Amino acid sequence: MIPRVVRYILKRILMLFLVVVIATYITILIANAGGYVDEIIKSEIQFNVAMYVQNNPAYKGLPPEELKKLIDSMVETQLKLRGLDQPFFIRSFYYLGNALTLNLGRSYFMTSDSGSRMVRLIILERLPQTILLFTTATALLFFIQLLGGLYLSGKYGKRIDRILVNLAPISSMPGWFFLILLILIFYTWLHLLPPSGLVDYPPPPDPFSYFLSVLKHMILPLSAWLISYTWIGIYNMRNFFLIFSTEDYVEVAIAKGVPPGQVRRRYILRPSLPPIITNLALALISSWMGAIVTETVYEWPGLGYTIAQAIGFMDAPVIIGVTVMYAYLLAFTVLVLDIIYGFLDPRIGAAGR
Amino acid sequence: MSSAEFGLKGTVRELLRYKGAVLGLAIIIVLVSISIYAVVAIPYDKAVEQWRESGYWIKNPKNAAPEWINYFSGKKLPKSIYLSGEGKVVRDGGRSKLVFEYSFGYYYDDFPSEIILFVNSNVTRSFYLKASFLRPDGDHIFLGKYRIKKGENRIYVTNKLDLEASLEKHVEERLGAKPNFSITIEKALFLAYTGKQEVLKGGYKIKLEALTNATNKDVSCEVVIYGKVHGLTGTDHLRRPLSIALIWGTPVALSFGITAATLIVLMQLIIATISAWFGGRVDMALQRVTEVYMVLPFLPTLIMISLFYRISIWTLLLVVIALSIFGANVKTMRALAMQIKTYPYIEAAQAYGASSLRIVFLYMIPKMLPPVIPSIILSVPDFVFLEAVLSFFGLGDPLLPTWGKLLHDALENGALYKGLYYWVLEPSALLVLTAFSFAQIGLALDKIVNPRLREI
Repeated sequence: MIPRVVRYILKRILMLFLVVVIATYITILIANAGGYVDEIIKSEIQFNVAMYVQNNPAYKGLPPEELKKLIDSMVETQLKLRGLDQPFFIRSFYYLGNALTLNLGRSYFMTSDSGSRMVRLIILERLPQTILLFTTATALLFFIQLLGGLYLSGKYGKRIDRILVNLAPISSMPGWFFLILLILIFYTWLHLLPPSGLVDYPPPPDPFSYFLSVLKHMILPLSAWLISYTWIGIYNMRNFFLIFSTEDYVEVAIAKGVPPGQVRRRYILRPSLPPIITNLALALISSWMGAIVTETVYEWPGLGYTIAQAIGFMDAPVIIGVTVMYAYLLAFTVLVLDIIYGFLDPRIGAAGR
Repeated sequence: MSSAEFGLKGTVRELLRYKGAVLGLAIIIVLVSISIYAVVAIPYDKAVEQWRESGYWIKNPKNAAPEWINYFSGKKLPKSIYLSGEGKVVRDGGRSKLVFEYSFGYYYDDFPSEIILFVNSNVTRSFYLKASFLRPDGDHIFLGKYRIKKGENRIYVTNKLDLEASLEKHVEERLGAKPNFSITIEKALFLAYTGKQEVLKGGYKIKLEALTNATNKDVSCEVVIYGKVHGLTGTDHLRRPLSIALIWGTPVALSFGITAATLIVLMQLIIATISAWFGGRVDMALQRVTEVYMVLPFLPTLIMISLFYRISIWTLLLVVIALSIFGANVKTMRALAMQIKTYPYIEAAQAYGASSLRIVFLYMIPKMLPPVIPSIILSVPDFVFLEAVLSFFGLGDPLLPTWGKLLHDALENGALYKGLYYWVLEPSALLVLTAFSFAQIGLALDKIVNPRLREI
């Protein structure tokens, strides 16, 4: 007899895997534009083969019919080699299988900085920059919002609360928008900070000044994100805590004379932690996708910029590769959270049902 | 949920108590008026045509700042000077020629940006046109001899390389030394010979001699000395006045944002309520779909679809809606619906035999509507900016001029590097105003509808 918890976990794993499969398949359909991208590649192969045969002196003397035959057979080999001779519907399942086994294959056009066309390498090369910038930003934002919200919920109706609540509309504008304005101020006008990129060009030789240069380049995008997303986050956290702080047990604690700091930590923060942790985990994973627009505006060589470029080149393998990795990561996080809550919180009731 | 007690009138009255909301409403009224003006004054076809046709704005300066910038900077930047008029037939020995003489005053603090001669000729045989330039200090400069064919001729005087070389030499001679700045044609023509980059203010003359025996019925000329400021809003790299895109971007942004926000939240509401009401398998299926949507990256998917299918902004709107109706909101709304499901009046409805459809659409959704209205209004700016993001990637509507497209053009053409502030700031200001007004109203409504958040 399998314990109920194990059965629940197995069921969740199955469900989430199904979700990943469906999401991946949808991405494959869209990224290939229902086979449209393949047509582009086919015509490109045809063109390349024709050029090759024309420029090869060995084939100079051949009569036109034989040349045509030669080209046709070479094109066919190339198509077979890439699996393009089968209809898209069948191929889409090959793609699906490869994607799900993380056999991400080779890109159509894009290369990594080391010149490789392996999608895995391209992704691994860009991921650290994105983590550096956006995971930092997400973590910073999380703590600022959490602490700010907790603090404000205690100052309900006071001056500082009113001021910060009135700042919430700032967050109706996205990070990339503030980035443009910051570049306008700190680069165009004041010439203080760089307008784009990861490091100075040429990159400084020793690691320490390299590090400083990267830090300098991080200032603008990081501040843009903080300016944009702090306010609404504090506002939401404050509301969230306010709603929790009207619970009966909090009022009882206050009536009992528990000091305010302790009320905040023990009676408000602790029971509201699960949804907060969920949000943090999901936000951290999403941050790995980078921010496509911010990275594109700043030409920050991360995953988001890579996706933007891949879309521009119609480089389906790269797009599919990034999406699959993202889907797996997200599904895995959801699963872990599910399991933790299943064990910790009896109300969520894994064992119950 | 207590907002049901307020009713519409009460809610509006309550809303007007918030200063931010009043300001927001005022801004929205202005934006709506601009939208109506745009649609009435510049019909869609005309706006698209003017924005797309490259020759339409040839007599505007490139990358010119708005005129009002002169009030703020100490320097008086030049406006464009348009010179035209009929020529005189002059007999010179046995031959006759047509002479156009234009004089103008130049009292600005900066050099013009460009000079173009427009010559229209109905004469079948081509002829030569000699152009010369007389400065207030009496210096006479020969601008070159150009061949005029039948039809419309444009002579880009300031792009002639040989003229630039000879003017460079001329300036050096006058100054007695090589200047410490680079010499362009427009600079050399208006330069005071002091060794500094200064404009020589005073009366100038341009003389065009058409070496033909045609009358002035057949040949007409216009000289345009392009300035560095133009109109209320300035121009872009293709000489187009930004005002068209700013004005036309307003109805596009408002309708895109409001339609997307409203439809998405309403669809989410319906899905959440159905999911909560039916429960069981339906609930299960809808939950799974929500998870698939969570795993699919929204923006890349949207960009891919609009890139591959090159769709108009309104089709794109449908895609945006389709991609967002299963967002994270559904979960919170479902929780709310679960709560309402247990209310006595729902039980009563069930007891007298109301159908599920009736209960969902007539009893549950209306009850849930008030608390979600703030979220509709709060999400309008998101979609206004989404339109800008799509334009940013060169997607969005291929024809319509929008705020996002202005920003895209500005960044693409180095406005940040060249210091063309107005180009970035004008569309940004409108985006800020829109976002600000909706956010103010949304937050105020949020406080009214969720009384726990109301300030003391």
